[in-house]
This record gives sequence, C-alpha cells and structure tokens, in this order.
Amino acid sequence: MTEQLAPTGAWRSATVAHIDHPISHGVRLRLDVPDRIDHLPGQHYVIRLTAEDGYVAQRSYSVASPPSDPQLEFYIERLDDGEVSTFLADEVRVGDELQVRGPIGGWFVWRGDVPIVGIGGGSGVVPFVSMLRHGLATGTSELLRLAVSARTLADLPYADELVDTGALIALSREPYFSREAARLTSEELAGLPGSTSPTYFVCGSPAFSRGIVDQLVDAGVPADMIRVESFGPSG
Amino acid sequence: MPGPTRGFVGKRRPDRSHALPPGQYDVGRDFPVLTAEATPRLDPDRWRLTVNGLVANPHSWTWQDLHLLPQSEYRGDIHCVTTWSKFDTSFGGVSVDLLLDAVDPLPNAAFVLATSTTGYTTNLPLEHLRNNKAWIVWSHEGKPLPREHGGPVRLLVPHLYFWKSAKWVTELTLLEHDKQGFWERNGYHDLGDPWLEQRYQGD
Repeated sequence: MTEQLAPTGAWRSATVAHIDHPISHGVRLRLDVPDRIDHLPGQHYVIRLTAEDGYVAQRSYSVASPPSDPQLEFYIERLDDGEVSTFLADEVRVGDELQVRGPIGGWFVWRGDVPIVGIGGGSGVVPFVSMLRHGLATGTSELLRLAVSARTLADLPYADELVDTGALIALSREPYFSREAARLTSEELAGLPGSTSPTYFVCGSPAFSRGIVDQLVDAGVPADMIRVESFGPSG
Repeated sequence: MPGPTRGFVGKRRPDRSHALPPGQYDVGRDFPVLTAEATPRLDPDRWRLTVNGLVANPHSWTWQDLHLLPQSEYRGDIHCVTTWSKFDTSFGGVSVDLLLDAVDPLPNAAFVLATSTTGYTTNLPLEHLRNNKAWIVWSHEGKPLPREHGGPVRLLVPHLYFWKSAKWVTELTLLEHDKQGFWERNGYHDLGDPWLEQRYQGD
C-alpha cells in the first residue's frame, strides 16, 4: 500500500447552487465553494450541519464532479432513518450555506494515468462518475472500465451517463436488454479488464464490496490490486 | 465559527446519560464494516505477532503463545471517525502491556507503527498503548472476532478513533520518531483522540 500524497482541504462555506432528485430516494446537490482546493476523482468531502444550539452532525460523501467542474457535485442517497441525508434531501434549498471540508482521502483516487476497473453498487457509483467525467474531459477514459449494479435501472444513480459511456449494467431485479436479472457474475467481472493487471476499485455497501472482493480474489486477482471504499476509512 | 445551518434541528441527539464525543452518533446495535482493502483470509497457524524496533528483546508470538498469556477483556465504547460510536461492547484478548514488558522498550522508544498482514499501517504514540489502554484481541462479544472486523486478530485501542485499531495486525515497531501510517498520510490525524475531535491533520 504505497501512494502519492493527495490534496487535502480545510472547512469552507459552500452555497447550494442547484438541487434535483434524479431518482426518488436520492438528491443531487451542486455547490459553489469559494477558494476550493481541486480534488482528485474518487476523493470525498465532509458535510457538516449545525443546529441553533450548537449540536453538530456530519457525514462523508464522495464527489461526483471532476476537478475541472467549477462546482462541486454530490449525490446523496436518502436513508429513511438518516439524520444528515434526510435533511439534505428534504430541507436544503438553493442559496443555503453548508459547511464542507475536503477534499479528503488519497487511496481511492484515480489520476487518469493507469488502467483501472471500477465496480460500483448503488450510490457506490458516485466516485466512478467523477472518474468517468475526468476521463472524458482529459481524453483518458479508455483507461477506465466500469461495471455498476443496482436493483433496477430506476434505482441506479447517473444511469444515463453510465449507459452512454458503455458501463456494464447489472440489474438484480429486472432484465436489462438480453441480460437476465442477476447480480454481477464472475464471468462478467472476468471480462472487464481492458489491459493486463489493472487496479480494481470497488465501492458500495459493505455487503456488496465484500461479495465483489471475494469474487475477484477467487478469480486470482492479487489482493494488493484491489481498493475498497464502503463508507469511509477503517473502523 | 460559522453559524447554524438553516432549518437543521438534528434527530439523532445522544442520550444524555451516556457521554458521546463531539460530532459522533450512537449507531446502536450495528457494527459497520469499513475497510480500504480486500479482507484477507488469515490462517492463525501461520500468523505471528512481532514486536520489534527500539526494544531490548524483539519477540514473535504465535497464535498459541498469545493464548497462553493471561487474558483480559475490554468492555466499553468504540468510536469511528466516520462518526458512528458503539456503546458498551466487548473484546477479549491480551493486554499490549504484557507484550511490551516482554520486549523491554528502550528509553528512546516513543512511537509505534502497527502493521497488518495486508500492509495497512497506523501510527500511535507509545504511551497510548501502555497502562491498560490497548489490547490484541481475537474475540468480540464472547465469539471469535469475525473476519470482516479484523478476525482472527486485531489491535484494539478504544480510546482513539477506530482506524488506529489495526485489523489483522502482525507487527508493532517501536520508533523514536513518529512515522505516519496509511490513513495518516492521507490526511487523517496522527493521534486521533475522539474527545478532542482529532479527525484530520491540523485538528
């Protein structure tokens, strides 16, 4: 596990510039962040909410936008019992200020320089959207192979962009063209690499990530070529 | 300090009868799994724990060696930097004090770099591993520690954020100067005291 240092930024006051709900249980926020430190695709930010009495809640979210985007974009899955995600999905309005800190994390990043395979489940596709947009913006997208998984196409964040750029789409609850409803299969994973010895990036729920990693290791992928992001650093 | 977030009230406020570090919430009975790497399948019979570096008597313990030492349990809270805390949970194993006593740290030893079988590393001041503050553990709630939580064996330093409690630990190296580990090189704090909210470098 060796890696170059990645940029890290301090707290900033961000202004909400755009909000939409591309799928029913998620919200997309675009923020203006003054004096932002450019992130690397795959890095995340902390969003912090403060109540009138000083009570604070904060969570980490992967950035969906590429470094070249003048705004920062986040996709946040709304968890019914979530304290921060329900507020961001239901209460935030354009023009609101949010405290954000980032970029953070130097392990789950892609600089557009080496071949990688990205495998994302549900909202775990978000860091790969940043990588994909970065690849398209810099002419390096051929180094990136993506497979994404969701229950249905309507549950898949950024489905249009992922479909348009040729990501392998695996839906577990409905057929997708000629593909039967199923989780990602080992055969599908084996067919992903576009070159020899890519680095694998896996992002999703802990159960999703563990299942994919087990499949990769069983298929002979060296463990040190696999990077995993579930919900943040080790715990 | 910036002002409050418009409209935010907060619905996971902690039970005032149980202390929670700033910015943390009670995760309840869950035990989230967070890892940056492929979870290894570790064979206890081939695993060793080595304590080396600035010590008079570097030593390696086998799985069986460790189980022959006096065992102890931690029961209390744990705190993850991703903001969950888990109350009143238990881990069993051996105190790191026993291992340090056996290797006899040199006077200039001041820091420790913990290394896992995966190559994961994390740094801690030596004093934070002493005086019944740290354990090598292999059970959780009386059952074998599950693989995804670092099983069969991990470091436990519950008074610091949980990334310091290296899963699949295999080596503790005593050093004179602090040497940053994996998350610390990636922007996380060198000490990581949850009560001081030392999440990132500069906190």
